[in-house]
Amino acid sequence: MADRIEVGFQESIRDALGEKTKKRIADNLGLPVVDVATIEVYTVAGGLSAGELRRAAEGPLSDPVIQKIAINQPLAKNFDWLIEVGFRPGVTDNVGKTAREAITLLLGDSAGDRKISVYTSRQYLISGPISRTDAENIASGLLANDLIERHQVVSRAEFDFESGMPAHVPQVTDKDDPQVAEINLTRLDAAALLKISQEKLLALNLEEMQAIAAYFADPAVVKARRKFGLDENTTDVELECLAQTWSEHCKHKIFNSRIEYSDGRTKKTINSLFKTYIKGSTAKIRKAKGRKDFCLSVFVDNAGVIKFNDDHNLVFKVETHNSPSALDPYGGALTGIVGVNRDPFGTGLGAKLIFNTDVFCFASPFHKKKLPPRILHPRRIYEGVREGVEHGGNKSGIPTVNGSIVFDERYLGKPLVYCGTAGIMPATINGKPSHTKEIYPGDVIIMTGGRIGKDGIHGATFSSEELHEGSPVTAVQIGDPITQKKMTDFLLKARDRGLYRAITDNGAGGLSSSIGEMATYSGGCDIDLSLAPLKYAGLQPWEILVSEAQERMSLAVDPKKVGKFLELARKMGVEATVLGKFTKSGRFHVRYGEKTVACLDMDFLHDGVPQMKLSARWKAPKHPEPRFAPPANLGRALIAMLSRLNICSKESVVRQYDHEVQGGSVVKPLVGVENDGPSDAGIVRPVLDSMEGVVVAHGICPRLSDLDAYSMTACAIDEAVRNAVAVGVDLDHLAGLDNFCWCDPVKSAKTPDGDYKLAQLVRSNMAIYDYTTAYGVPCISGKDSMKNDYSIGKTKISVPPTLLYSVIGKISDVRKAVTMDAKRPEDLVYLLGETRDELGGSEWFAAHGAIGNKVPQVDAKKAMKLYRALSKAIQAGLVASCHDCSDGGLAVALAETAFAGGLGLTVHLKKVLYRGKKRDDYILFSESASRFVVTVRPQDKAKFEKILAGQAAREIGSVTGDGLLQINGLSGKTVIREKIGRLKDAWQKPLNF
Amino acid sequence: MANKVKAIILTGNGTNCEMEMAHACKLAGADRYDIVHLSELLFGEKRLADYNFLNLPGGFLDGDDLGSAKAGANRFLHAPIAGADEMLIEELLKFIAAGGLILGVCNGFQLMVKLGLLPALDQNFTTQSATLTFNDSGRFEDRWVYLRADAQSPCVFTQALDTVYYPVRHGEGKFVAADDATLAEMERKNLIAFRYCTADGSATMDYPANPNGSTQAIAGICNESGRLFGLMPHPEAFLHRTNHPRWTREPLPEEGQGLAIFKNAVAFIRGSNF
Repeated sequence: MADRIEVGFQESIRDALGEKTKKRIADNLGLPVVDVATIEVYTVAGGLSAGELRRAAEGPLSDPVIQKIAINQPLAKNFDWLIEVGFRPGVTDNVGKTAREAITLLLGDSAGDRKISVYTSRQYLISGPISRTDAENIASGLLANDLIERHQVVSRAEFDFESGMPAHVPQVTDKDDPQVAEINLTRLDAAALLKISQEKLLALNLEEMQAIAAYFADPAVVKARRKFGLDENTTDVELECLAQTWSEHCKHKIFNSRIEYSDGRTKKTINSLFKTYIKGSTAKIRKAKGRKDFCLSVFVDNAGVIKFNDDHNLVFKVETHNSPSALDPYGGALTGIVGVNRDPFGTGLGAKLIFNTDVFCFASPFHKKKLPPRILHPRRIYEGVREGVEHGGNKSGIPTVNGSIVFDERYLGKPLVYCGTAGIMPATINGKPSHTKEIYPGDVIIMTGGRIGKDGIHGATFSSEELHEGSPVTAVQIGDPITQKKMTDFLLKARDRGLYRAITDNGAGGLSSSIGEMATYSGGCDIDLSLAPLKYAGLQPWEILVSEAQERMSLAVDPKKVGKFLELARKMGVEATVLGKFTKSGRFHVRYGEKTVACLDMDFLHDGVPQMKLSARWKAPKHPEPRFAPPANLGRALIAMLSRLNICSKESVVRQYDHEVQGGSVVKPLVGVENDGPSDAGIVRPVLDSMEGVVVAHGICPRLSDLDAYSMTACAIDEAVRNAVAVGVDLDHLAGLDNFCWCDPVKSAKTPDGDYKLAQLVRSNMAIYDYTTAYGVPCISGKDSMKNDYSIGKTKISVPPTLLYSVIGKISDVRKAVTMDAKRPEDLVYLLGETRDELGGSEWFAAHGAIGNKVPQVDAKKAMKLYRALSKAIQAGLVASCHDCSDGGLAVALAETAFAGGLGLTVHLKKVLYRGKKRDDYILFSESASRFVVTVRPQDKAKFEKILAGQAAREIGSVTGDGLLQINGLSGKTVIREKIGRLKDAWQKPLNF
Repeated sequence: MANKVKAIILTGNGTNCEMEMAHACKLAGADRYDIVHLSELLFGEKRLADYNFLNLPGGFLDGDDLGSAKAGANRFLHAPIAGADEMLIEELLKFIAAGGLILGVCNGFQLMVKLGLLPALDQNFTTQSATLTFNDSGRFEDRWVYLRADAQSPCVFTQALDTVYYPVRHGEGKFVAADDATLAEMERKNLIAFRYCTADGSATMDYPANPNGSTQAIAGICNESGRLFGLMPHPEAFLHRTNHPRWTREPLPEEGQGLAIFKNAVAFIRGSNF
């Protein structure tokens, strides 16, 4: 039995959500809807009396000033179609949970031992001349995601105006019946082993399955297992645990593989890309920095740690959440952001979180073609992901200070959702360095935060595959930022009181991963899954172990401090449960009650995965060289360029993220005279008493992968560094993170060009090594996501190989920071860096339907000298504005500098330091790397030029007060003369929804 | 001898501006500026009676899941204090009766309004007579806005202020009074301490200067004593000139305009009879 409480707005009150929904229906589906009203529905189970229901409805569930309520009768009156959307059983219902807590508190002692639960749904009352098919399309195409939500469509004629919709309780009705299945792998042939891997979604290849089979066939192993009541059979708990630990997602098997690489001229064997290029470059940089090395913890923890100053450390991590965001954009992205929050939070002794970053790669939201099965429209992905990150970031009280959105049709199959989080922690806590971890045998294992459900089962293995027909629904989770916030409030207090020894997060792989990794510190563990708190009955032991249910941290607690730890958790309303203890047995030992359900040697679990052997063959692609005449009207061309999706303003997204909570905002994402120009980087002051700041920026250039992933990577690193330089970072205090999102680079029947894609990966890694060492910007952490393909039926869509390079650095005095907007008339305009006719992969060529061949080359040595000189000029206060040239090149950078400052510019292309074919359009739109548009006060000219002496720096014009962008071409004639207002309109319009 | 200023910044269950609010209290010269988790009040480890300046920071109490600060207000109304035979709301009402100052920012303002602390025309502090609801735009927005202070207002916090510039960061900031009489009474008593205005200081209903469509451009209100004050914009987000979105292009004093709110509170407590 359950009751329905409906809450709607009073007649005179504006229904903003209804209006927004109406607009979305018109924009996305083009349907003639006249009006949309919304009603919130709370379905309450637990046998509340009529009086209690009324108190709940009139109390916490409604706002008496603007809302009206109805209990077990409908509010709906005027509509043509009613659509009600609610969650499917077991899906996280944050509002329902809050409502349950509020009602329980309201009833106080009178609640007794009744088990109250609340499920939410929402009604959309739609008026307008639309058909049932239209209404169904609105429901499944816009309002409900059928994977996680159920919807009902009811016409006016069908609706029961007496009693309304019947109460529906989406409860998980399973019963507890813990079972452990066993399977004997030791005598199976190759085909049978592979079949098991596929059927159970293990994502293990034949060699790996055979390694597991061999382990269980080992007589010494079997003998040891008998002591725990096990034998040569593999339990499902063990198999799932191995599949998770050995997944591409967790083990980075491709990055650690042995690769035979050839580029036609040379051949080489690479034993682990990760060790050779990424760890290798960082080691080299640290050595070169010597006493100035600021790295503290790299590649060993959940996030990288560097020094901020003598008292504080910075922690930074960027993750991706691509596959879940493809299936459920809102939940996937929300989980992405709150998930990456736990990485710095679970690093060392735990860090306080200071900012988020986000970079999204989507197909065009204006995509018109038919969509392949299981693919959501890119507009829906765009809006869902945006909202997920909004809720995740804003509700957690972490400012989102830097990001971008990249568009390419190949992100239709899988969007890329990069989410980053940085934290700060005292250099020492209770006398111990904060960036290291230690765990002793005997330490107690405690899980805290949320409960375990079926959500997120197989997330790790699922993201190690392409998106296919059988991709599991349970892989989708919905984050709950408030449960996480309560947990982090509690844990920071526990940290400062010294109540725990070590902390790590439960992300991919759940307990299997978190405790499995922690156990390496002590040398083993012993846990009892029957103690784990569950969301509902019916979970099998293996599901409890690998569930990726969110908002959970695992801790190692000194047995003497367990009491205090649990007491503080109770007081702060956070669940914390003892699951077992760390040991030095050398075994990953899992029980359910007294019965052993898994017992694996730690060595085998962590080091038993066979190294993959792969081959990579590079052959430079050749594209047709575009042939088009320089346009007669370059002003119009510039306007069209400013409206391209990769160039236009992302303000509507940026505004919906809180970018200044925590009070330390210095350089915001939007700057300039009207607070709407595009910043190159973000700066925050994490310690409010101090003027020291943290700089964050990124680079991403996936289009260049069509030419050479080496250049793509070089340009991304250069872009990240120059963005940070543009705002005034201290170049000697800058670290990076590499996030690879590749398409499957393993040659197979599905991926016949795997050796080419792998060669792209190799070349990208080579560039990481070459350019991070040249710039002295070490990778401190990173991640790879290797299966960003879509494959259903005959359709295969692979993302372009995409590297996001994020940087975090320091600025000693934020008052020296510079923004990109032109500041005052008469200032001089400089272009720093050499321009070449490198239009391969440029937006200008893309606008002409071409890729071209001449990819931008990064001369790191020259660039570094220029960056040092520019930094010195910024430090000396000689730079009024500084803006990096990236997508759209010089012309776009000039336009942005002008309209962000509300000022005109007059510029002469003749004065540009340029090498290449003499075409105005090439100079304007070339995307050569390492360039800036800088403005300087006339009185600072001499000092500025002195510092920049010997660099590729040219004065090319001046700032004007007339509000016109005037560009004179090589011939000396004016080729562009446009009002900045017109340019800005073109730039702001496309994504202003 | 001047009074000690004992500020409490209440946190927990989804607040997230406590750090900068405490910093504001510190810069304003408060003698104490304790960030206290709500659970410490509920377990009697800290008491409101030991303070005279209650800060309710911005955030998302319980995720604003039932409407902004609704579940938070429900907790304030119905949570008992462990071992004290007293409810939290009683402690809060005693704090008000003792003359304490309360400042609610954003979610803190929403909490005050939904509890009934503001505008509380009939001195009934637990009956809601106004609300803050969804912005007309239907979306959360972070943007800076100009505010004009009512020079006639009894509000302790806005004394001597004219036009100021603070950021708003909310999705539910549209002020709606229960009825016209309430609104008229608020106006007559000059309780509308802050209105959204254009850069030249005239109150406006035009988006985006008025970011949410708030009735009569209301951005912040006080009670009749002027000691209870809530506002949607964030003064604690503008304590230093580098917080200003245009600090790299405009000459600005080192101190941010937000600090004035806290300085007024501190000066008032120092000079009053607690």
